Amino acid sequence: MTEKIGVYICHCGMNIARTVDCKALAEYASHLPNVTVARDYQFMCSNPGQEMIKNDIREMKLTRVVVASCSPLMHEPTFRRAVGSAGLNPFLFHMANIREQCSWITENRDLATARAKDIVRAAVMRVNFNEPLEVQKVPVNSSVLVVGGGITGIEAALQIADSGKKVYLVEKEPTIGGYMARFDKTFPTLDCAACILTPKMVSVEQHENIELLTYSDVTAFSGYVGKFTAKIRKRPRYVDEEKCTGCGQCEEKCPLSVPNEFDCKLGKRKAIYRPFPQAVPNVPVIDREHCLYFTKGICKVCVMFCPHQAIDFEQKEKYVEVPVGSAILATGFDLFDASRIKEYGYGRLPNVITSIEFERLTHASGPTGGRILLKNGKAPESVAIVHCVGSRDQNYNEHCSRVCCMYSLKTAHLVREKTEAKVYEFYIDMRAFGKGYEEFYKRVLHEDVTLIRGRVAEISEVAQNPSEKGKLIVVAEDTLLGIVRRVPVDMVVLSVGLEPRKDAAELANIFRISRSKDGFFLEKHPKLAPVATAGQGIYVAGSCQSPKDIPDSVAQGGAAAANVLSFVDRGEIELEPTIASISEEACSGCKICVGLCPYGAISFDESNGRAAITSVLCKGCGVCVAACPSGAIEQQNFTNKQLLTEIEAICS
Amino acid sequence: METRFEPKIVGFLCRWCAYTGADLAGLSRINYPPNVTPVRVNCSGRVDPTLVLKALASGADGVLIAGCHPGDCHYISGNSKMVRRFKLLQRLLEQFGVEKERVRLEWVSASEGGRYASIVESMTEELRSLGPLDWKQKVVIPA
Repeated sequence: MTEKIGVYICHCGMNIARTVDCKALAEYASHLPNVTVARDYQFMCSNPGQEMIKNDIREMKLTRVVVASCSPLMHEPTFRRAVGSAGLNPFLFHMANIREQCSWITENRDLATARAKDIVRAAVMRVNFNEPLEVQKVPVNSSVLVVGGGITGIEAALQIADSGKKVYLVEKEPTIGGYMARFDKTFPTLDCAACILTPKMVSVEQHENIELLTYSDVTAFSGYVGKFTAKIRKRPRYVDEEKCTGCGQCEEKCPLSVPNEFDCKLGKRKAIYRPFPQAVPNVPVIDREHCLYFTKGICKVCVMFCPHQAIDFEQKEKYVEVPVGSAILATGFDLFDASRIKEYGYGRLPNVITSIEFERLTHASGPTGGRILLKNGKAPESVAIVHCVGSRDQNYNEHCSRVCCMYSLKTAHLVREKTEAKVYEFYIDMRAFGKGYEEFYKRVLHEDVTLIRGRVAEISEVAQNPSEKGKLIVVAEDTLLGIVRRVPVDMVVLSVGLEPRKDAAELANIFRISRSKDGFFLEKHPKLAPVATAGQGIYVAGSCQSPKDIPDSVAQGGAAAANVLSFVDRGEIELEPTIASISEEACSGCKICVGLCPYGAISFDESNGRAAITSVLCKGCGVCVAACPSGAIEQQNFTNKQLLTEIEAICS
Repeated sequence: METRFEPKIVGFLCRWCAYTGADLAGLSRINYPPNVTPVRVNCSGRVDPTLVLKALASGADGVLIAGCHPGDCHYISGNSKMVRRFKLLQRLLEQFGVEKERVRLEWVSASEGGRYASIVESMTEELRSLGPLDWKQKVVIPA
């Protein structure tokens, strides 16, 4: 039977039509073999565009459809649906990408039109050999893995758990809460971070549908959408979570104090500790590196004083495997290491501190009880705040960290509120983009803060005149006045930027997702699928995707939860039917394919001497197809016939 | 004026990394020679040497195979299988008398639009100076 092909050329407004002669292209396509109709239209993806295709399928009895428009990553599902709704199998359609890899890459109209003709010709010739395919439907496990217990992960976990689905929330640290738990106030409303965060943390712990795995990490993630298995390593706390009531006796009696990481080592904690009093779970952990029992084999004071016999030095690392249908990564960010910028003197000059250290200083339950103090215990008389430390800088990170302008203004506000100090704020541009942010900026402007527009070149302790003696001198070009300023201050707060976590590459590998150029996780589409990834069933939310403030992180956590629920609730998911199968007649039984399959989907049947593919395990990479010396393996929608025809048509 | 030779290149692009990277080049409006016609495959590991030879024998002047960076393959190890296959393919092409510059294997991640564009640009330049392949004249397959 001769096929009846409809070809539809999209102008995409001027996106394609500017460099590709769409009328000429449609005219050209109409003369290609088996083409019944070829049309061009402004926007094929619009309702009238789709209706045009559907009408032609019904009225002209089309058997194949080619749409030449944008990338299949954009609108392949749209047109497949349109074709399907007109009664044609959706796989009897092929998409020709004449936008991303054709009209957008050149100004040369002749070359672009010639290339578009090649692309459309290849699609038309290939679509002749497209076959009707049935999508596989697989059941979806309704349990969800959420990685990261910061505000984003907490939001996602609670939303999903509230809908009645089971959530496994995995957190690396001994407590959930993330960075937000370390903040004092949050911009622009200045509400106390703990007051809005800790109730949510408690809800997580008490939720019947959330299984919280703290001090744990995901070491492997296998399977496919709807049916994944996560392998989780639980590190030993040396405290039995079941028995411990969180009374705090052990912490009180432990004789060994060490710097507390939660307080940026500005305060102390014991060798058995909770990072902060409202930690969730409210169970301490023994720091093996310092604990006297582990280092010297002595002490055991905690064992003596624990009223519940919860201390267990014999605890070992444990691995658990949990079955889930989808996963949300909300692993957050790392702060820029300010000591990398040598000229700012961080680590060398004691009163040059980072913004997170400032947060701990100003936090009511921090090491100074909320007082902003210099290292000598005195209150500063002047404070400089330096924006964009490690952000917007070709030497470190090109991206803007988005939150620093606003938290720097908050820093200024808190210094003015709590001390008598003068405040100098050095900025490049003031980015106050969110709801209430510009208003907050205006408010701080009226709090007697001196704003100096200029990137700080150096922070030095070398005085050039008596007024600079004993001070930190902040040197910057004031780009509004066009002069170099030297501002002597007592304390400098470096507003450090947000970076991808150091383990981002490892995690991306475990979950088989990509990262963008800046190292953050890559979303499926920057605008239309901001929390989805190329990996079906795997979502990203919050600052692991790019720096975000708290409102945006919470919004993304909720968005990821909604994305997950939308397919979990359906109970099943459709998989691309691009799987491979082996022709029993053609198979020679050489077993080459068996070892090549990365999913163990190919088995060898000794009884008939042939290999066979288990279709639910096949992911459709096509490695076996390319390797089979007998040409016995075919991949649906990527058959040899289809590809060879496409190639020949391109070159003819 | 003599018109410049425009080589025809068939690009086998894996859908996860290279094809997305090539899309990104367009999305970022990077200008580069429109000499590659892409064939989308799921994985560079799907690229059977037969497909490459088919392209060259049908009139292509060059073939670009682009996949995910080593270790980043969406299908765990498809790209590493392509590496092994590519070495054998290069030996075969050498015996056919086809210049090795005509067939390239490259890694392009989904975020490397610029890298994809510069690969295509340099390959196009190289093929322009090599001239047309003219398979039928050049390749004499021993009986």
